[in-house]
Amino acid sequence: MSLLEVDGLYASVNGEPILKDLSLRVEAGEIHAIMGPNGSGKSTLANVLAGRPGYEVTAGQVSFNDTALVDVAPEARAQAGLFLAFQYPVEIPGVSNMEFLKAAWDSHLAAQGAQPESAVGFMKRARALATSLGLNPEFLKRGVNEGFSGGEKKRNEILQLLLLEPKLAVLDETDSGLDIDALQTVAAGVNRFRSADNGVLLITHYQRLLNHIVPDRVHVLNEGCIVASGDKHLAEKLEAEGYAWLSG
Amino acid sequence: MSESPIDIVGQEYRAGFVTDVASDTLPPGLSEAVVRHISAKKREPAWMADWRLAAYGKWRAMTPPDWAHVRFPPIDFEAISYYSAPKSLADAPTSLDEVDPELLRTYEKLGIPLHEREALAGVVKAPNVAVDAVFDSVSIATTFKDKLAEAGVIFCPISEAVHSHPELVRKYLGSVVPQQDNFYAALNSAVFSDGSFVYVPEGVRCPMELSTYFRINERNTGQFERTLIIADAGAYVSYLEGCTAPMRDENQLHAAVVELVALDNAEIKYSTVQNWYPGDAEGKGGIYNFVTKRGACLGANSKISWTQVETGSAITWKYPSVVLRGAGSVGEFHSVALTNNHQQADTGTKMIHLGPGTRSTIISKGISAGQSQNSYRGLVRTSPAAKGARNYTQCDSLLLGDACGAHTFPYIENKSPTATIEHEATTSKVSDDQLFLCQQRGIDPEKAISMIVNGFCKDVFRELPMEFAVEAGKLLEVSLEGAVG
Repeated sequence: MSLLEVDGLYASVNGEPILKDLSLRVEAGEIHAIMGPNGSGKSTLANVLAGRPGYEVTAGQVSFNDTALVDVAPEARAQAGLFLAFQYPVEIPGVSNMEFLKAAWDSHLAAQGAQPESAVGFMKRARALATSLGLNPEFLKRGVNEGFSGGEKKRNEILQLLLLEPKLAVLDETDSGLDIDALQTVAAGVNRFRSADNGVLLITHYQRLLNHIVPDRVHVLNEGCIVASGDKHLAEKLEAEGYAWLSG
Repeated sequence: MSESPIDIVGQEYRAGFVTDVASDTLPPGLSEAVVRHISAKKREPAWMADWRLAAYGKWRAMTPPDWAHVRFPPIDFEAISYYSAPKSLADAPTSLDEVDPELLRTYEKLGIPLHEREALAGVVKAPNVAVDAVFDSVSIATTFKDKLAEAGVIFCPISEAVHSHPELVRKYLGSVVPQQDNFYAALNSAVFSDGSFVYVPEGVRCPMELSTYFRINERNTGQFERTLIIADAGAYVSYLEGCTAPMRDENQLHAAVVELVALDNAEIKYSTVQNWYPGDAEGKGGIYNFVTKRGACLGANSKISWTQVETGSAITWKYPSVVLRGAGSVGEFHSVALTNNHQQADTGTKMIHLGPGTRSTIISKGISAGQSQNSYRGLVRTSPAAKGARNYTQCDSLLLGDACGAHTFPYIENKSPTATIEHEATTSKVSDDQLFLCQQRGIDPEKAISMIVNGFCKDVFRELPMEFAVEAGKLLEVSLEGAVG
């Protein structure tokens, strides 16, 4: 049983076909990088996996932990351990980050039939994690992503990843727009997260993130399907030659 | 802890039960004879009867206001009964033991700590709230009377105050909201049945929160309660008001008048959580809530603040206001008004700056969902004498879905060249992206909406007494049910 199995997936956004016959397998303990030019369908794949409204699966199968995902509500996928780190995390004014994180964690515990964690214990954990990610714990009191810098928003995504301990983390261009310090913090967070029990799907346009997070597999996505797969050396080839050879 | 009147809100309109008590109800219709009858029922002195009759005369010559942004068929004022009292109270019980047990059970269901002894025994932590409960038109019981009396605070039904403190009632009744102020205020002045009376003497800080709980039970009855609160020099009082009504297919009229008077350095904090039946999802039934609330800061450096969380009523027409007469006096208005389904709300405030150095703050949060219409209407007026007056208004609207409406009608009339008046307004929508972020973290959409809306209202909830703030959050959650997906 694979952690994630995608078989012959076709998906449309607003009626426009984007993913075409995409197949992919991620085992527990693996990090897969998905690379490709703009418009190749990388973010669509991330959103389809997370069940975002508007992203319609027209054919094919996706199963996560042996459960078919199509038709499962986004919150149920999240509770089952599928995590999406957003490319553009949205702001929720007035809702404190801490309140949001606690509600998210409680929903995960409730789905497992577990008792909610005490507020004190949870807050301690969240503060310690924030500090370790270079965030002032005071930022937990601010509104979710409200007035955060680009780097803070991405660190906040990694904070959520580490707090919620999912089985599969899908990172949608988490490296975009980050300075080198933030990039290293994000990479350190992912490396800290990775274990033999979970998997990571790393969606990125650039190879530079892969200097910090070493993938087991690299896939190249073009026009909605995977056109090449290899080990980390494939990423180096892409860095040297660009994506132009895809259309050649 | 069940000391809050709105502790009862559940998955739907849980307060929508009808209590089966024999009641003493006047036949529908309004005439001089009816006004006299109401006065006689209450064994009122002649001055009170005359006051009512004068108001009745003025009302007859008036027409209902039509300027609010609400739509409803004309009300037939001859089809309403103007007095309903639970029968068991016709002989005026002298203690709770004499109250109809069915009534007491009703209050238990609603979570009101009516039973003084029970509350004092403190199975849970004894609530520090004294309650006056008004059922249909009559005040049922006032708790903690003895403890308040020790501090010199008078807290009783206004029908009782007419007899026990006529000098105060005569001096202040109608002094803030004159009989002819508006159509519904005139109607209330003629037929008001009961309500709360509070007097906090000079220099006294009221030792507990005071609370009135209103409920309309009887079919085809209007509720016209009258509340009068006086804080003498240097006094402080915090007052909470909660409201519910049974679910009925027909509309019911609620036309209350609340008057607040603050003398030198006095402070009155008035909080309302209004959960009158809003009608069903198709817009059938519900309360018409046409209420006049006004406070007068008569004394220097006095302060009156209104905090309201409005989720109920089919139609709301309500503008809790402050007349800032005393030098340096302060008026505040903090409001959350939520409308869903077919509800209509036209609500806001008036801040009338008459004295020098007067200050006012208006924070209004309107949330519209379903097919509802939600309007903020506010007036800030400064007179030439209001030197250096300041007002700050912040008016935010949040929309859920595409079928609802949010409207803002701010009026500014400035005659003081040294006044500073600021107005900020925003309109936002709960976005699909916000919802999806929450869902992706495992939070279901209803909980997510409730979190987002509560975040939006935070500035106002902060002003509510602690236990009310928690309940207000829950109430919003319940009121928004079905507002998403």
